[in-house]
Amino acid sequence: MANEAGTTTGGAMAMPVGTQGVVADWSTDRQTFQVPWGKAMMWIFLLSDTFIFSCFLTGYMHVRISTTVPWPPVSEVFALHLFGRDIPLILIAIMTFVLITSSGTMALAVNYGYRRDRVKTAALMMATAALGATFVGMQAFEWTKLIEEGVRPWGNPMGAAQFGSSFFMITGFHGMHVSAGVIYLSVIAWRVNSGFYDRKGTYETVEIAGLYWHFVDLVWVFIFAFFYLW
Amino acid sequence: MEQVEGQQHPLGIYLKVWLLLFVFSTFSYMVDYLDFQGYTRWFLILFFMWLKAAFIVAIFMHMRWERMALISAILVPPLCLAVLVFLMAVEGDYTFLTRLVSFTQ
Repeated sequence: MANEAGTTTGGAMAMPVGTQGVVADWSTDRQTFQVPWGKAMMWIFLLSDTFIFSCFLTGYMHVRISTTVPWPPVSEVFALHLFGRDIPLILIAIMTFVLITSSGTMALAVNYGYRRDRVKTAALMMATAALGATFVGMQAFEWTKLIEEGVRPWGNPMGAAQFGSSFFMITGFHGMHVSAGVIYLSVIAWRVNSGFYDRKGTYETVEIAGLYWHFVDLVWVFIFAFFYLW
Repeated sequence: MEQVEGQQHPLGIYLKVWLLLFVFSTFSYMVDYLDFQGYTRWFLILFFMWLKAAFIVAIFMHMRWERMALISAILVPPLCLAVLVFLMAVEGDYTFLTRLVSFTQ
């Protein structure tokens, strides 16, 4: 590693970094992004996903600003009765911590992957998938609780009707991403464990799967801030 | 020395960021628990949100070590979302006022 800011795969040639690097990468008649194509494509996919989630969150912001009916008290709606009292938003806080923990185990899995530690990589990825499944389970519990309380996409007893539609749309789409991620990670972990990437000679697929998983965590950061804390 | 493959960094940095994310999440939860209101609430929510997002993207997703061409290709396009958010906030206020005038007594 010659230069911290500019190292990429290989590193045999001295490449310009920063804005000069942008010019160098785009101006010559060759591959622009100096990363494996799968990684570049995952980034492009995540960029498009960013736009989808942003559209949902912006739509939610719009209906929440424009409604004349008071918004349901989110902090109380998502409270749980624990230890003899109602703790506001506690379920969502636990879900946040579960997802962050899974992001940490994923980051470690990527690191051990590049160290060619087959067993630890597979184990950490399975731990990540298990935490993701836990998250989805808690979300299913949360949905069930709200549906029992009468929250529907078209209305609810606590306040503005738009609450239900935004909630099911945003958390549902995020939960779908988590579920897909659990399946994705399990498949990759299985292949890691079978020695597939040792034979292939590279563990970059683990990093690509990691990008997807961290993105799911990233989206939750925004949902947590805008939907639950607002 | 063997040629370096992909994104290889010491474990410590991941553990530190992991810990930081826990701390920031606890803080953002405390914003609700301690019931901050008004501009203090908004400032704290957005502050911890961006801090968490930045650490996840920069360290966990390795953006900090990528080349500028990739960084700008991914991080610049979302800036146009700021325009969308601004327009929809203005529109939302307008719709709200229109509803107040037309749909209430």
